[in-house]
Amino acid sequence: MKVALFIPCFVDQLMPDVGVDTAKVLRRIGCDVDFPMEQTCCGQPAFNAGYWNDARPLGERFVKIFRDAQAVVCPSGSCTTMVRNFYSELLAGSALHDEAVQLCQRVYEFSEFLVKVVNRLDVGAAFPHRVGYHDACHALRELRLKQEPREILRRVRGLELVELPYCEDCCGFGGTFAVKFNTISAAMGEAKASSASTANAEFLTSTDPSCLLHIDGILRRQNSRVRTLHLANILARTEPAAERSSEFAAPGTAQ
Amino acid sequence: MSSAAAEFLREAATKSADLAHREIIRLGIDKYDEAAERGRARFSDWQAARQRCQEIKWEAINHQDRYLLQFEQQLTARGGHVFWAETGEDARAYITRLAQRCGVRTIAKSKSMVAEEIHLAAALQKEGMQVFETDLGEFIVQLRNEPPYHIVTPAMHLTRTDISALFKEKLGGVDSNDPQELVGAARRWLRQAFFAAEMGITGANFLVADCGMIAVSTNEGNADLGMSLPRIHVALSGIEKVIPSLKDLAILWPMLATSGTGQPITCYNTLIGGPRTSNETDGPEEFHLILLDNGRSELLEDAEQRDVLHCIRCGACLNACPVFRTVGGHTYGTTYPGPIGSVLTPHLRGLDEYQHLSYASSLCGACTDVCPVKIDLHHHLLHNRRNAVNEARRPWNERLGFKLWRWTMMGAGRFTVAGAFGRGLLRVLYRLGVQGSALDPLGPWARFHAAPRIPAKSFRALWRKGIGAD
Repeated sequence: MKVALFIPCFVDQLMPDVGVDTAKVLRRIGCDVDFPMEQTCCGQPAFNAGYWNDARPLGERFVKIFRDAQAVVCPSGSCTTMVRNFYSELLAGSALHDEAVQLCQRVYEFSEFLVKVVNRLDVGAAFPHRVGYHDACHALRELRLKQEPREILRRVRGLELVELPYCEDCCGFGGTFAVKFNTISAAMGEAKASSASTANAEFLTSTDPSCLLHIDGILRRQNSRVRTLHLANILARTEPAAERSSEFAAPGTAQ
Repeated sequence: MSSAAAEFLREAATKSADLAHREIIRLGIDKYDEAAERGRARFSDWQAARQRCQEIKWEAINHQDRYLLQFEQQLTARGGHVFWAETGEDARAYITRLAQRCGVRTIAKSKSMVAEEIHLAAALQKEGMQVFETDLGEFIVQLRNEPPYHIVTPAMHLTRTDISALFKEKLGGVDSNDPQELVGAARRWLRQAFFAAEMGITGANFLVADCGMIAVSTNEGNADLGMSLPRIHVALSGIEKVIPSLKDLAILWPMLATSGTGQPITCYNTLIGGPRTSNETDGPEEFHLILLDNGRSELLEDAEQRDVLHCIRCGACLNACPVFRTVGGHTYGTTYPGPIGSVLTPHLRGLDEYQHLSYASSLCGACTDVCPVKIDLHHHLLHNRRNAVNEARRPWNERLGFKLWRWTMMGAGRFTVAGAFGRGLLRVLYRLGVQGSALDPLGPWARFHAAPRIPAKSFRALWRKGIGAD
């Protein structure tokens, strides 16, 4: 299947490994992966801040870039939500509105694509660690993805999936919210970070790199042993545990 | 920044760091969550029930003119007085004059968020009248001289020990840490107020159009005493509380109780539609209903956000909101805190002063998911933000910032160059050790986060070199 990668702007710049691993997993399961180089941002930062007039041309730009794609796959539930759930409202009155609505049906979050489109729950990954899954808000409540990422994680060799207390609580990122209301955002992030410790998880994973960026900054500031990895980072690992464990083991955890 | 916004930021910073506060709220809401989950499970189809409630409220709000007139006609025919108050001031003036005319000195008031909205108790006290809050939670916060913390559980932020100390100080002769004894003490105290009161003030959960009655729900029966012992009963309601038919209560009553506290139904649910008639043994001699607009008609004009008027004030969105749980009810500085307050307050008190509440959200959507009448709460926060931008209420530097951002993002080349420059700059600066200092370009972020790891190459650079081709 031909797949166009939609790599969110901040992932492109700050977390390229998430993009690399997404491509790697998709190729492993037999997808023909393309990355349209013209893409930049879906417009979500401006849209969420209320600057719809500044977000609109980016929405139109996105539609033009991806209009011919058979399937668009994005390793972020949040950016997928922007396109799938909000483009119709943002582009109301635009000449590209109807085309946007059509395209939205073919834009998938990464785990959603694996489960619902290609039905590949087992992607041949191995990751012998205790992993907690954080329900990212947009994936959970806008895209209604709850079991999909869990189903995939359960099929990763050696991986022990642990449920975090309050796993559906927001981590507090929220884009500009994390800057404008940093005290509230950090308190929410700290609660999320401590839920991973409570569950005795070695790693915390999610479908949203933005949540992970936030939680990771807080965990490292607290000198926590818990590390964050995007779902794609985990699924990209195939090597037997013994060879790779030193690279990925959380410092201090027994190996 | 408005003064309300500055105050919010200050209070939020304090409360966010207050771990004891967070623990109290967490415990309270854990109990609520458990009860509410059990409650929702009692419905054979919870989502269908929400849908039905939304439809009832949609019908009522979209034909409000008709239902309100029908309601008024029925109520008036039974001898009740209806006063249409356009503003809070109109409502306060009417009630104050009524109390003065009847020589009222003591008032037994039960819970009413509309009374909070128009600061009624303070207005009556200024005229020399004694106002007793008779809902236990409201009684407690009144003793502390505080507004309610939460619209359903006003004293949620207090522990048993706090209340014990408060009663010991304020009620005299009460020295106990036992909940039963504390409740008993409050009951004895309030019973005197009920007997002394010449006027009872209540809210109204619903205004039932087809029978012309108000529906009042309490768990303590205090509203029932307040509407039957005193000579005069004044009920306050926002105009949005009207529902078409008595039959609608069959689902709205259990829905309100389940969403509010997890109960199958609230303990006392009373319908009252006028003063005592000649063949009745109890009830007030006079019955007055205040129908408050106070900005609601303007909200009704807004087709996009009209569904905010569906709200039945159950408080579920407050409990679900991670921001509410972090900053607490008082930090909002509004009558209605939490998600519904953040959406509603700019309409009641102005977007300029209260737009910050629309930004004080991660847009997680937990509120929308629990709302029993399906108000699109978190999307309305987005709409408020858009309105603030379109009405030019945002600071110039933010507007300029987004123009620049847009220009950058409209070209892949520009984005690539800007990204490389930004990453390079951060790497240099962090090597120079500015992280966390005043020069850190990630200032507010760096206060609570370890420095981000800045990669040398972007994804697109790696892709161009042929990654993943393996």
